Amino acid sequence: MSNVIEKRIELAAPLSRVWRALTDHREFGEWFRVNLDGPFVPGQVSRGNIAYPGYEHLKWEATVQKMEPERLFSFTWHPYAVDPNVDYRSEPTTLVEFRLEAKNGGTVLTVTESGFDAIPHGRRFEAFRMNERGWIEQMKNIERHVGRPG
Amino acid sequence: MSAVRASRRGPEARAAVFAALGDETRLALIGKLAAGQRQSISQLAGGSSLTRQAITKHLRVLEGAGVVHSARVGRESLYEFRPEPLRDIKAYLDRVSGQWYQALARLKSFVEK
Repeated sequence: MSNVIEKRIELAAPLSRVWRALTDHREFGEWFRVNLDGPFVPGQVSRGNIAYPGYEHLKWEATVQKMEPERLFSFTWHPYAVDPNVDYRSEPTTLVEFRLEAKNGGTVLTVTESGFDAIPHGRRFEAFRMNERGWIEQMKNIERHVGRPG
Repeated sequence: MSAVRASRRGPEARAAVFAALGDETRLALIGKLAAGQRQSISQLAGGSSLTRQAITKHLRVLEGAGVVHSARVGRESLYEFRPEPLRDIKAYLDRVSGQWYQALARLKSFVEK
């Protein structure tokens, strides 16, 4: 259990292909299952509708942060929890970052989502670095409790 | 008020739990309490360089997030670990994580086709 979600995946496709799938709003929409109103532009809000079966009534809204070609794409949003009973406007926003690296003609993609504590991202990262040792040391203890049934 | 916040299990309550955990001293306190025994502030202060006031302040944050619960016994307050909020945020992170897992699997078949 950590305050940051990190996923790493190796894709058998070149950087340019992965970059397009991430940042072309139509391509992004296809695999992410969202119909976006327009292209991603740094600093601007991206809007659309979720296209995931059963959740079409939900709106998508994210603020694009960084687009560094074939390296980094990031946005802030209300965490990806497609629960129709949740009012997403009251959710703290989190930061989602897609980082790309070339590897053997393919691409290593790392996705992180952070900021679940609702502390502004800059501060939070600093706090997390400072606390990393603390987290690691205490998590076993806590995990044991959390994992305990009922 | 802390009980209300903790039981609501909404986004704000979750953010409060994450924020409460984002501090070394508080993690250390939870670590001590997670051992299972209820402890007084003096017991929690044992072996640490922190003052009772500092510990009380951190315990208040943890109590506000519902991670610890205090009960007055005689002249002192005893603090107890409450695992429910941590279970809740773990389940929440697992859910968000699972959604990413699925989305990235779709991305993989999309770019590799």
